[in-house]
Amino acid sequence: MHQNASSFLEKSEKKAGDLGHRQTINFNIGKYNTAVKAGKQQFADLTTARERAKNIKWRALDNLDKHLEEFEQNLTKRGGKVIWAENAQQALDEILAICKAKQCKSIVKSKSMATEEVHLNSFLAKHDIECVETDLGEYIQQLDGEPPYHIVTPAMHKSKEDVARLFAEKLGTPPDLTPQQLTLVAREKLRQKYLDAEIGITGANFIIADIGGVAVTENEGNARLSTAFPKTHIVLVGIEKMLPSINDLALFWPLLATYGTGQNVTVYNSIFSGPRQEGETDGPEEMYVILMDNGRTNILMDTEARESLYCIRCGSCLNACPVYKNIGGHSYGTTYSGPIGSVITPHLRGMESYIHLSYASSLCGNCTEVCPVRINIHELLLHNRHKAVEENYTSGGEKMSWFGWKQASLSRRMMNLVSGNVKNLFMKKFFAKAWGDDRELPVFASKSFNQLWKERRK
Amino acid sequence: MSSREQILAAIKRNQPEQQELPVLDSFRHTEAGDPAAFRKVVETLGGQVYEITSYTEIQPLVAEHYTDVTRVVSIRPEYFPGAITGWQEGDGRQLEQVDLAIIPGQLGVAENGAIWITEQEIEVRVLPFITQHLAIVLPRTEILPTMHDAYARIWSPSAGFGVFIAGPSKTADIEQSLVLGAHGAKSLTVFLIG
Ligand code: SF4
Repeated sequence: MHQNASSFLEKSEKKAGDLGHRQTINFNIGKYNTAVKAGKQQFADLTTARERAKNIKWRALDNLDKHLEEFEQNLTKRGGKVIWAENAQQALDEILAICKAKQCKSIVKSKSMATEEVHLNSFLAKHDIECVETDLGEYIQQLDGEPPYHIVTPAMHKSKEDVARLFAEKLGTPPDLTPQQLTLVAREKLRQKYLDAEIGITGANFIIADIGGVAVTENEGNARLSTAFPKTHIVLVGIEKMLPSINDLALFWPLLATYGTGQNVTVYNSIFSGPRQEGETDGPEEMYVILMDNGRTNILMDTEARESLYCIRCGSCLNACPVYKNIGGHSYGTTYSGPIGSVITPHLRGMESYIHLSYASSLCGNCTEVCPVRINIHELLLHNRHKAVEENYTSGGEKMSWFGWKQASLSRRMMNLVSGNVKNLFMKKFFAKAWGDDRELPVFASKSFNQLWKERRK
Repeated sequence: MSSREQILAAIKRNQPEQQELPVLDSFRHTEAGDPAAFRKVVETLGGQVYEITSYTEIQPLVAEHYTDVTRVVSIRPEYFPGAITGWQEGDGRQLEQVDLAIIPGQLGVAENGAIWITEQEIEVRVLPFITQHLAIVLPRTEILPTMHDAYARIWSPSAGFGVFIAGPSKTADIEQSLVLGAHGAKSLTVFLIG
């Protein structure tokens, strides 16, 4: 078994038995569920809205090369610079080169899964550049030295008491602050950081081809402030975040807000289409957009898995997943956790090291049910399993066992040849491990149906 | 080959066949948006709405409803006579001490309470975010039913920055409990004029 797989099993087993963890998660997801129910009321016809969203993303990927060129052309016209990065290392090198050119020591960053994907913070820290997370949830996680637990709600696994304790320990605040007071503490601390930083880094929820714009949605205002004072704004974004037209936002903003947090629309929905223009008094002097592939064209190549690129990272499938709720976001050991993480990570980071995630599902299909862009998530998990077998990523022993199983069960003669006990022995020998410690192996009847039938008719 | 060409070539190689897809015009409306509906949504977002008929009503309303406001920036002098002048000078940091900013909005969306603002009206991009409190003056006639109607109208290619603002800044990152005033404005007031 791959080392990632065994550590995944170990961590999952531990978390699944952690009742405190389950309580916090159920509490938070319960609140989310109530909010989403209310948020969905804003759609007169939700099914059509989701179907349309899926069509738009489909169209975006159909013409992805042209849209990317159009985006580049439009952004460049207004003074923005576009950089292409084939993989994580190239993205990191480009960012470092910009930092060096600007003699940057301090960066403010708003929430971005793409920067998590390339492990930007630890890379910059190695080069003595401080990169501060400004989204409250991410700020909490950074204080605690942990990666985000969830793609939308990074500190979902912490209770308010946990956060108060953390602030007390790291920032010296009184240990019993309320969420209001804690937010205020972060607000004050971070306001200074916005003013001091030389560079602001954000992700993008969408990139828009027809206007050459970068669309960012947020509730807190930190992404806006992160890009207000620093002289340089860097955007790191995956190429699949493309929308053909600004008009598509009319559907995607409300959809993302509702499925992400249950809101009708998020508080700030900004569009950046270039650095400060002539005659404007503020805003960054330079804007770079790094378009990152990092495995995405692999997914595009796979005609089945392709639709996983429609994902708008709303987190809805995580919240709906019985596996996620029991083992928690950190057990996956990946940037993207939950059902969609299990679908894309084997493609992004290698089948061999991450295929085990495709089995971390009961295939109940709830993820597919709640996905705003109607990705067939559970079928894609099954597809990954297929692919793993076809491309020989499963163990030789497992293949042998199934081969034996197939031969035996296709042959009436062989089935009748041996007794139930022998069959049980066979099961134990070859399938007990795959079946799992906590499930009982099925038991064979001592005589086969065929034998019983014959005996009766005598 | 450069990275750009590598990536574009990989996409060309792998992307699906072209397909015709339907147009999405059916969400568009021709009638105006309902100010009462707009008001209701803004209030649920944690904002306040005052309906006024003349700009002169703004100043007394501010005096009545804000207790902690002394430094006021107003985009148009007629909104708030005696507001700070010369606030545009500087790189934006000078605005850190502003208590209340009063700015015009281009249009509002009745279905979700979002108000569209661009760089052209606000002059300084950071103003609506750095101020402690935000007030937006919006003509009643500029309310549209849905986000689709709004997008059919908004984009002026000369603006480098535009934003939809819906309510005051907030977060629910700690145990999903809602806190108003995360990093941006702590409160939002809308003056509907006309
Ligand atoms: S796969 Fe669907 S439900 Fe899951 S995060 Fe992406 S868009 Fe949301």
